[in-house]
Amino acid sequence: MWGFSRAQAAALLVMVVLVVVSPAVLYPVFLMKVLCFALFACAFNLLIGYVGLLSFGHAAFFGMGSYISAWTAKNWGLSPELAILLGGLVGMALGVIVGWLAIKRQGLYFAMITLALSQMIYFICVEAPFTGGEDGIQQVPRGRLFGFISLNPDMAMYWVTAIVFLAGFLFIHRIVHSPFGQVLKAIRENEPRAVSLGYRTNDYKLIAFVLSTFVAGIAGGTKAIVFGIATLTDVHWSMSGEVVLITLLGGLGTIFGPVVGALVVSAMENYLAQFGAWVTVTQGVIFVACVLAFRRGIVGEIGAKLRLAL
Amino acid sequence: MSLTRRALLGSTAAAAALPPRRSRAQAANTIRIGVLNDQSGPYRDTGGTTSVICTRQAVEEFGSHGFTVDVITADHQNKPDLGASIARQWIDTDGVDMIIDVPTSSVALAVNTVCREKNRTYINVGAATADLTGKACAPNNVHWTYDTYMLARSTGGTMVKAGGDSWYFITADYVFGQQLQRDTSTLVTKAGGKVMGASPYPFPGTTDFSSYLLQAQASGAKVLGLCNAGADTVNSIKQAHEFSVNKKMKLAAMLMFITDVNALGLETAQGLNLTESFYWDFNDRSRAFTKRVVPKTPKNWPNMIHAGCYSGTLHFLKAVAALGAAKAKEGGSTVVAQMKAMPTDDDAYGKLTIRADGRLMAPAYLFEVKSPAESKGPWDYYKLVETTSAEDAAVPAGETGCSLVHA
Amino acid sequence: MFMIFGIPGPLLFGQLLLGLINGAFYALLSLGLAVIFGLLNIINFAHGSLFMMGAFAAWILLEYLGIGYWPALILSPLIIGAFGLLLEKTVISRLYKLDHLYGLLLTFGLSLIIEGLFRNYYGSSGMPYQIPPALSGATDLGFMFMPNYRGWVVVVAVVVCFATWLVIEKTRLGATLRAATENAPMVQAFGVNVPRLVTLTYAAGVALAAFAGVLAAPIYSVNPNMGSNFIIVVFAVVVIGGMGSILGSILTGFMLGVVEGLTKVFYPQGSATVIFVVMVIVLLMRPAGLFGKAA
Repeated sequence: MWGFSRAQAAALLVMVVLVVVSPAVLYPVFLMKVLCFALFACAFNLLIGYVGLLSFGHAAFFGMGSYISAWTAKNWGLSPELAILLGGLVGMALGVIVGWLAIKRQGLYFAMITLALSQMIYFICVEAPFTGGEDGIQQVPRGRLFGFISLNPDMAMYWVTAIVFLAGFLFIHRIVHSPFGQVLKAIRENEPRAVSLGYRTNDYKLIAFVLSTFVAGIAGGTKAIVFGIATLTDVHWSMSGEVVLITLLGGLGTIFGPVVGALVVSAMENYLAQFGAWVTVTQGVIFVACVLAFRRGIVGEIGAKLRLAL
Repeated sequence: MSLTRRALLGSTAAAAALPPRRSRAQAANTIRIGVLNDQSGPYRDTGGTTSVICTRQAVEEFGSHGFTVDVITADHQNKPDLGASIARQWIDTDGVDMIIDVPTSSVALAVNTVCREKNRTYINVGAATADLTGKACAPNNVHWTYDTYMLARSTGGTMVKAGGDSWYFITADYVFGQQLQRDTSTLVTKAGGKVMGASPYPFPGTTDFSSYLLQAQASGAKVLGLCNAGADTVNSIKQAHEFSVNKKMKLAAMLMFITDVNALGLETAQGLNLTESFYWDFNDRSRAFTKRVVPKTPKNWPNMIHAGCYSGTLHFLKAVAALGAAKAKEGGSTVVAQMKAMPTDDDAYGKLTIRADGRLMAPAYLFEVKSPAESKGPWDYYKLVETTSAEDAAVPAGETGCSLVHA
Repeated sequence: MFMIFGIPGPLLFGQLLLGLINGAFYALLSLGLAVIFGLLNIINFAHGSLFMMGAFAAWILLEYLGIGYWPALILSPLIIGAFGLLLEKTVISRLYKLDHLYGLLLTFGLSLIIEGLFRNYYGSSGMPYQIPPALSGATDLGFMFMPNYRGWVVVVAVVVCFATWLVIEKTRLGATLRAATENAPMVQAFGVNVPRLVTLTYAAGVALAAFAGVLAAPIYSVNPNMGSNFIIVVFAVVVIGGMGSILGSILTGFMLGVVEGLTKVFYPQGSATVIFVVMVIVLLMRPAGLFGKAA
């Protein structure tokens, strides 16, 4: 069904149940944050996990999506679903430009170009008046879904976020398990071979890049609507680093990895916040541990233990 | 198989990571204070743990008045979104009644929005933006220690009077720096001086100020206004000395704390003018307060932010006691109304009042940093040059743009 | 006063000179990075933290042991170099068979740990470190006051860079090193202990970073964040110069310092970004960097 194996279908069911049940137990605003980051990481994972492209500048799309949604919701009074969609589209437009330039180069150089271009986008966000500089865009109204359902109650907002997340998650999964996705994996494994088979790999890479940036923009836009704020944090290169951390910890190239990674990293940030710089130290330790001990990430390792692709 | 394992894993991980949502009822007789500030970044020493210690000191000295008080703390890392989400979570799940400190103007404004929406007491001590009692003022907030207007008025105003009538600014290119530069420029021009130019620099991440210093020197201005804070200020002053800029221009550190002077060392800092609203060696009461606190933070003596956290917490607790904990729990605006209705009285700030827009009416002191020869002991750094009265140090009541004043 | 492009001449010269000084730090740091990348194929993201540790070692030597600037200039690189040795032996050596990516991620993690720990213990407002008396004061160059210490930094940086280049390009040791970069098993077959060579190279690269750290201590306050402010730029320098090219990173370091200095005259806000603009242009025009060999 939809390219899910039985184990994945079971895991998906568990995930959906958890998404539905957990707000009864846990703080919904925290869960919304996890969902936004999970979606962002899923988008990033589409590139690194399935095409083998390390984008070190994904914060640019996430952050731009967040700015655009916040700005249109606040200044044009756009309803949240339109604001989020617009955030995604602008992220995608940026993705076309950045992707078109970056896919000309491979490996590290690809990472470096995405980093450099995202630094420029960061600079634009610092200087452009519409972003509000260091203040960011604050007091963004959550508005009314489709013009009539108020999202001010946290639970209403939560269901919208959950639906956006699940839709994005299935969208990415659908891409990965389409014939298009098969070609992407072929490129990851052996690009010259894919070329020799007659695939225009650059076109495939660009499309994957653009799709990923669209979802990243959606994730950013949703976050802006949930928290009512869009700031430079979302475009800074450390956010690009964070999404790498989330995906690496959860498991590169696993469907559920980014989701688990987002949960763990967000929980850690939340509950270590009172210990000051120990957040940084812990993140560092996780990076080192992941690289040295479990390169497959949490979900990857579990999958390997159970001999299942999760 | 996979299903049960995954479910088990997922739910235990979640349960371990997150405490369940607390019911608010259990905390009916507990007043919870949250200290939210920078505990790892560039403003760690100007606020940070010493702010927490001073807040706890106030709680300890206040003693028991029929309700218990506890203090929790978090690091906002100077990120507005993080600050706002911590504040939201504190109020929603931890039953926090009052949030204090919150340096960095952008974070301060974001937290202000949350506290107003949830109607919790918000005592801002660490941030500079005058908007907190201006267009962003709220019935539930108080701005304690200083703002850009006060700094501009005290340091800027005095230096123009002393003949420093042409200025050049080196400015951290974000809201705080821009606002400080704007306020200072206004005062300089009003006093008959002129502004020759400014170098905005990228914040954060700039460590080398030499090229801006050369541009300042080339402008021919008499005064160099540094519209930055923390480590940036320390670096720019050091480098000004290196390039002998301080021999041709008078340096004005628009926002500097005694903790920065300590980092700079008296050899370099001597002769600088700066403004604080608290100095530990000011009178018997401030010395007594310092004597009680310093053993807990021996390397970082209290500056005006730290003292402000002490003073603000104490006044808040007095207001809660006057209302009774149950009534105080009704909302931040109730408590703040009570805080405005009674005068403050504590060892750090003495007897003061809070204006309708939420500004603590404190005088501003312009200090000069002592030379190493003049300094007789540890942290003996300042001599008083001039006092700006509380009325002059605050934005004139009619000009704040605060909606509470007209209402 | 004469003008160039509407900018007073003295100011322009001053900025060029300052750019050169900053360039000296870029060159020293990117030199170490390039040496490490050349032989180990590791992108040492922790380089900035090791630079910071070098500065802190100097400060600690002075604060607790009363050891001054001149001995620290030798001691600190030795201490931090030894730390680098340990790091290579225990952690980094496990990565050689893996993709570049993992080296980058691991050293990124290391830099987070190191910086976090230093921030925890030393705060972040910075520790003062005085300029040694012999180099204090400034010289009037006519168009600006040139602090003697900064002049010294440029001279020392040029000498050290040149010496390193000489060692690698013109000595027997350097020849072995370069050979090992090209084909390690072959060199091993000739009886050279390649793993030890690799370890020592990493330590040497780290020592260079620490040396730059000591040089930087009197200019910038000794601050846990001082490394992360530099690292992204230095990274760009190495990429622009051509990954692994020694001469490329030295020249690019100085050159980008000057470019940055000029930007500060014409458009100060953009000075942090101009390097990335250069980087994108270079990577698109010359994929292997300015001085790199095409892969």
